[in-house]
Amino acid sequence: MNWRAILAIYRHEIARTLRSITQSIVSPVISTALYFVVFGAAIGGRIQEVEGIPYGAFIVPGLIMMTVLTQSVSNASFGIYFPRFTGTVYEYLSAPISYLEIVTGFVGAAATKSLVIGLIIFATAHLFVDLPVKHPVWMIGFLVLTCLSFSLLGFIIGIWAANFEQLQVVPLLVITPLVFLGGSFYSISMLPGIWRTVALFNPVVYLVSGFRWAFFGFSDVNPALSLVAVLAFMGICLTITWWIFRTGYRLRT
Amino acid sequence: MPSIVSIEQVRKTYATGLTALHAVDLRIEEGEILALLGPNGAGKTTLISMTCGISSITSGRITVGGHDVARDFRAARRMIGLVPQELTIEIFEKVIDTVRFTRGLFGMPPDEDYIRRLLTRLSLWEKRDARIRELSGGMKRRVLIAKALAHQPRVLFLDEPTAGVDVDLRRDMWEMIDELRGDGTTVVLTTHYIEEAEAIADRIGVINRGRILLVEEKETLMRRMGRKQLTIELAEPLGAVPAELASYNLELGDEGRELVYAYDKAAERTGIASLLAGLTAAGIRISDLRTAQDTLEDIFVHLVRAEDREAEPEAADPEARAAEQAEVYP
Repeated sequence: MNWRAILAIYRHEIARTLRSITQSIVSPVISTALYFVVFGAAIGGRIQEVEGIPYGAFIVPGLIMMTVLTQSVSNASFGIYFPRFTGTVYEYLSAPISYLEIVTGFVGAAATKSLVIGLIIFATAHLFVDLPVKHPVWMIGFLVLTCLSFSLLGFIIGIWAANFEQLQVVPLLVITPLVFLGGSFYSISMLPGIWRTVALFNPVVYLVSGFRWAFFGFSDVNPALSLVAVLAFMGICLTITWWIFRTGYRLRT
Repeated sequence: MPSIVSIEQVRKTYATGLTALHAVDLRIEEGEILALLGPNGAGKTTLISMTCGISSITSGRITVGGHDVARDFRAARRMIGLVPQELTIEIFEKVIDTVRFTRGLFGMPPDEDYIRRLLTRLSLWEKRDARIRELSGGMKRRVLIAKALAHQPRVLFLDEPTAGVDVDLRRDMWEMIDELRGDGTTVVLTTHYIEEAEAIADRIGVINRGRILLVEEKETLMRRMGRKQLTIELAEPLGAVPAELASYNLELGDEGRELVYAYDKAAERTGIASLLAGLTAAGIRISDLRTAQDTLEDIFVHLVRAEDREAEPEAADPEARAAEQAEVYP
């Protein structure tokens, strides 16, 4: 393993984040705070509680998941797409590094950034609501796994995208709807009949549910199933990444 | 001594079906400066990209320092530095950071002392904390060179280092390449400026349409292919070349005021002395003499044209081509 190369890519990506700190960290935190105000304070005032949990606290895991998902995808996709766009990708391709090292560097950095944002939101939430965490280790575990697997997905999108528009399409048309329909702001048990079944095909439901279970010990689906779902998703992303590098897809001519 | 870079029967066919290189063989010796000369689209960049790992190799084998660039890519790539043709560099970064980054990417431990010397030598030390976007085009190119040298490679590939560069910077670049040779770094550069190959290369490879037409020592090439011309200016114009001088194959030029004699400088007898004696004997008065030698450009144009004619016979015959077009567009 060329650890120095991994470290170089990792630090390079983190430095890029720090150069645009406002866009990278401040804006997701502000938008999440807005969700708290709208859903927690305004709407939450009427909903009171879900499954015995005050609505304001109930939405926190969903909000964190939502931000972490979208941030992971956008960070990682931009991280690898940008050098492809500017042409600086030549440097990665001509360096004595394996694909595994490239992915570790990029995905590691993107996941770190999302994790930090997730933790900041978690800390911010304490300002608004009383937030117990029943299974802290699982909470961190779910968070880290989600950061990693969605950063991998972002990496794949960043390789696949042929232009900036495509780079935005997947997050906008796939990730955002899945997140909104994934029970971030509600329990899927609140959905009418058929929609409850449909929701079970949404992978985000498992993530949010598992994550919420780590907070409150209550979940829509079995937390073990959630864990399997995250790991399966990660496995799929890893396979695609492996295939991309094996074939040189969109990287090596 | 084994060659530092060895390219054997290397082919490149792109997914589009375009064949960019046809079974190329090339050996690059340690410490030399090799210029790959060829028109745009000849396959120069493709050859470099394959050697550096940016493009895959369709068939054949490339080794760098004895390491196969595909199988033993780590060892091979560690020895290579690449300066790309375009100014592809992340513009928001600081000069020194981007150089450190490349060093890390190549798995080298940090060495601030080396980086300081490198940047100083490339006149970048003063600008080390500047963002790259603040630099001029010439400076950006220097940064690319600094990056390529950040991991102390033994072979430096420069893909058209002076394309679109002003005269001063071009001279600087040539000096820098010369200095690198002084350190024992092997330099391979592509160029379509013949002047550049002539000025700095030890050996010159001519590449066209994906084939290497020749690789030769610059001097040998010039000597072998360089014809010399002697132009004799006459005091009084001549109507025709005197019959007794027919064996010299003279050409009459400038409305009879010049005689042009082509000869081979390397030949044992150039025939100049006897020609001059013959002219005197014929009573022709000479007002001046001058000689001229083929430049590399003449040689190059000659080679590439000959090859293009072979590849596309119809292109050589403008009439046939015009006739063909006339059929299509009556």
